[in-house]
Amino acid sequence: MFKLTINQTAHAVDVPEDMPLLWVLRDEIGLKGTKFGCGVAQCGACTVLLDGQPIRSCVTPVGAVGAGRITTVEGLTATPAGRAVRAAWESVDVAQCGYCQAGQMLAATALITATPKPTDADIDQAMDGNFCRCATYKRIRAAIKTAAGVSPVDHRGDAA
Amino acid sequence: MSLSRRELVLSLGATAAGAMVLSFGLRTQAAAGGGAALGNYVTLAPDGAVTLLARNPDMGQGAKSLLPMLIAEELDVDWDRVRVEFAPADAKRFESQYAGGSLATPDNWEPMRRVGAAARAVLVAAAATRLKVDPAILTTAHGRVIHAASGRSLAYGDLAAEAARLPLPDPKTLKLKDPKDFTILGRSHIGVDTPAILAGEPIFGIDMVLPGMRHAVYVKSPVYGAKLVSADLAAARSMPGVEQVFAVEGIAPPAGAQIGLAPGIAPGIAIVARNWWQANAARKALNAVWDDGFGAAHDSEVYDRRAAELLKTPGEVQRAKGDVDAALTSAHRRLEAVYEAPFLAHLTLEPQNCTVSPTAAGLEIWAPTQFPNDGRDAVAKTLGLPLEAVTVHMRRCGGGFGRRIMNDFMVEAAVIAHRAKVPVKLLWTRTDDIGHDYYRPGTYQRLTAGLDAAGRVTAYDTHAVSFSRDGKLVDGGEIDLDAAPGHLAESSRLRRSLIPTIASTGWLRAPASNALSFIHESFWDELAHAAGQDPIAFRLAHLRARLGTPVAPPTEEGEPQYDVRRMIPVLELVRQRSGWGTAPLPAGVGLGVAAYFSHRGYFAEVAKVRVAPSGDWKVEKVWVVGDVGGIILNPTTAHAQVEGAVTDGIGHMLTAIRFEKGRAAQANLNDLTLMRMSAAPEVDVHFHLTDNPPTGLGEPALPPVIPAVANAVFAACGARVRTLPMTAERIQAARADGVKAA
Repeated sequence: MFKLTINQTAHAVDVPEDMPLLWVLRDEIGLKGTKFGCGVAQCGACTVLLDGQPIRSCVTPVGAVGAGRITTVEGLTATPAGRAVRAAWESVDVAQCGYCQAGQMLAATALITATPKPTDADIDQAMDGNFCRCATYKRIRAAIKTAAGVSPVDHRGDAA
Repeated sequence: MSLSRRELVLSLGATAAGAMVLSFGLRTQAAAGGGAALGNYVTLAPDGAVTLLARNPDMGQGAKSLLPMLIAEELDVDWDRVRVEFAPADAKRFESQYAGGSLATPDNWEPMRRVGAAARAVLVAAAATRLKVDPAILTTAHGRVIHAASGRSLAYGDLAAEAARLPLPDPKTLKLKDPKDFTILGRSHIGVDTPAILAGEPIFGIDMVLPGMRHAVYVKSPVYGAKLVSADLAAARSMPGVEQVFAVEGIAPPAGAQIGLAPGIAPGIAIVARNWWQANAARKALNAVWDDGFGAAHDSEVYDRRAAELLKTPGEVQRAKGDVDAALTSAHRRLEAVYEAPFLAHLTLEPQNCTVSPTAAGLEIWAPTQFPNDGRDAVAKTLGLPLEAVTVHMRRCGGGFGRRIMNDFMVEAAVIAHRAKVPVKLLWTRTDDIGHDYYRPGTYQRLTAGLDAAGRVTAYDTHAVSFSRDGKLVDGGEIDLDAAPGHLAESSRLRRSLIPTIASTGWLRAPASNALSFIHESFWDELAHAAGQDPIAFRLAHLRARLGTPVAPPTEEGEPQYDVRRMIPVLELVRQRSGWGTAPLPAGVGLGVAAYFSHRGYFAEVAKVRVAPSGDWKVEKVWVVGDVGGIILNPTTAHAQVEGAVTDGIGHMLTAIRFEKGRAAQANLNDLTLMRMSAAPEVDVHFHLTDNPPTGLGEPALPPVIPAVANAVFAACGARVRTLPMTAERIQAARADGVKAA
């Protein structure tokens, strides 16, 4: 039995200790916002925050989580940074298929929490592990800058 | 509202000949239903809430939003009061339901507006009866019918029940709005699913849950189609959480067809467990042995050698214009080059999956699919069920790119659930997905061209090597597209040779064009340089030389043909917007151009690329000018599709699938170079509006970026790379060749 704190709520799950956190979240607890993409920590679709740090839940055994606080996309708006990211993702209209965006938003939230005014190089470094197959990178970058208040730009194309 | 309501069922769509068909049917709806349906697509609630159905799937291209926007515009309801749901897969009610070919816009632009106009007309008629006035003097806005003279107005919700009893009008009699009066179209609206996406709500195929649902994997041979020799099913059955393990013999598709596009299923082993992690973990207990020896010759190195041999042969002439041999002989200058584009995988980020519930009648299916009705048909035929016994619900697709045209995963899930007799969600691993893709087939092409003394292309000879399966050109292996610039030459010829393959192949975003554009627009750039001309001026001169030639009539399927008059302005505009030729560039930086017509769209693009001494390269910016008609229906989505297509197209240049001993050598994303944030360029998008009906944007911006980047690499460092992927090593080697040639 593992006790997990997910989005400020306590959960108890009776699963093997090597079961990846991703599948505990999705199939045991029923939080489907965290996505499966590769299973080998290459795409970042499964990104969640563990004590504020982005981790790949597909390669994180549930037994390794311990007492850490987990944040998934369903709990993103609990912090000001998360709220800013979520609002920017909507105003910039980042999502195409949307499948990777939970992971992208969590990685972005961790970035602007640690680095409130990120540069392009900071964004490259923080976001390179989060693959977007629709290639929405231009808007992800714009949304991070919007959320961080470093470049409040409308990138939706209305003006063009 | 205690009376039973009647729901009017309207089937509205286009016949093969393009004529509008309207049919009526009446069905009674329970009084507790709370709303009235006007035709198949529109349901109005008494409180004014509007529910519209989207008949096409959504994989990020925005059809689930755009199609209802077209209805809402003519219906005159406020977009923020509209709720959108996917239509069920039902070809009888909704006719064509698909995502592909960048065709949702042109195929729905009129029909969906007519759906909205028809529903509006019956609401107006109901209001006219109620108010005892001539319907012609009534207007509509914001979900109300308005009688301006008296200041009276009636909400649609009030009129719905009466309107539902009226016959829908003949769609030919409906007058559609002048686009200048549009209030919804032409303005940016975020996707109808976007709030749910951002909240992490379970809307994708993979998120489906049913009571009592079990999780399944389907283990197949890494060599496509190999039959099972032996496996330890009992060992897998004894693994934790596993409930059922069974082998599926496999059902071959009809001759010449591929599984996924036709009934049939590949041989495999189904593992059904309490959760997916356990089902997947039980694979390793199987020790499956496959009869896969036939795959030995399916090897990329074998293909490379065979292609080199074939390119020395004459090949089979597919078509010819003029006397190419004579023109080549008399040419002032002659150029020859061999280009190669590799196999590519689709890599939808959501792996293939499908959820199926056995029902008393048959099967109920939830699938992220681009062609739900084809999947429904394939399931019914594979299992010998009547079509009516199979219900398919569309789920949002986590990417498509052409992969989900094939419904192999739907048939697999259906076969497993049918046999397991429990609701099952089948989910593939990434390795399943890469190993059992329908790859963009590779191609090898020898191009030979002749220039006259004035730098005009007088001869253009293409020998294309593609692949065959069961004696037929493979799906997605088409090599004959008129958009390739060779058609601008005075004489041209297309020759073809085929290499047999066992690879499953298909259509990847901008199919055929995504490889042909690289090959021909790169070679066209070589010709411009050989002629000593500016690449844009060279292209414009050849396009203008064709102005006197009439545009070919549309194909029998109604596909419009290349009209050079629409390409010239986009090329001129991209020259202007990119600052082409106006300022010197730093060392190691170059601009490249390409222009390509595909999927009814005209796109010219300029790429700015920086190449390091190491050969590492980065696209800094791409300028895009496109002509997709006279109105951009949802600007935010339109721009997003172009930004994505351009960036994705550069991603096509980074990687390849290679085969070894019958199987894909790449097993997961760590074996592939992916387009990531740090490699993504700035993209400048401009739509050149012309007096043409609007066309789609999922694909046509992709093909030109690949040669534009390749041509920019040449401009930056003198390396003419003719084989993808565009690696630093290839740039270094080509740069050395360039120095030698000079």
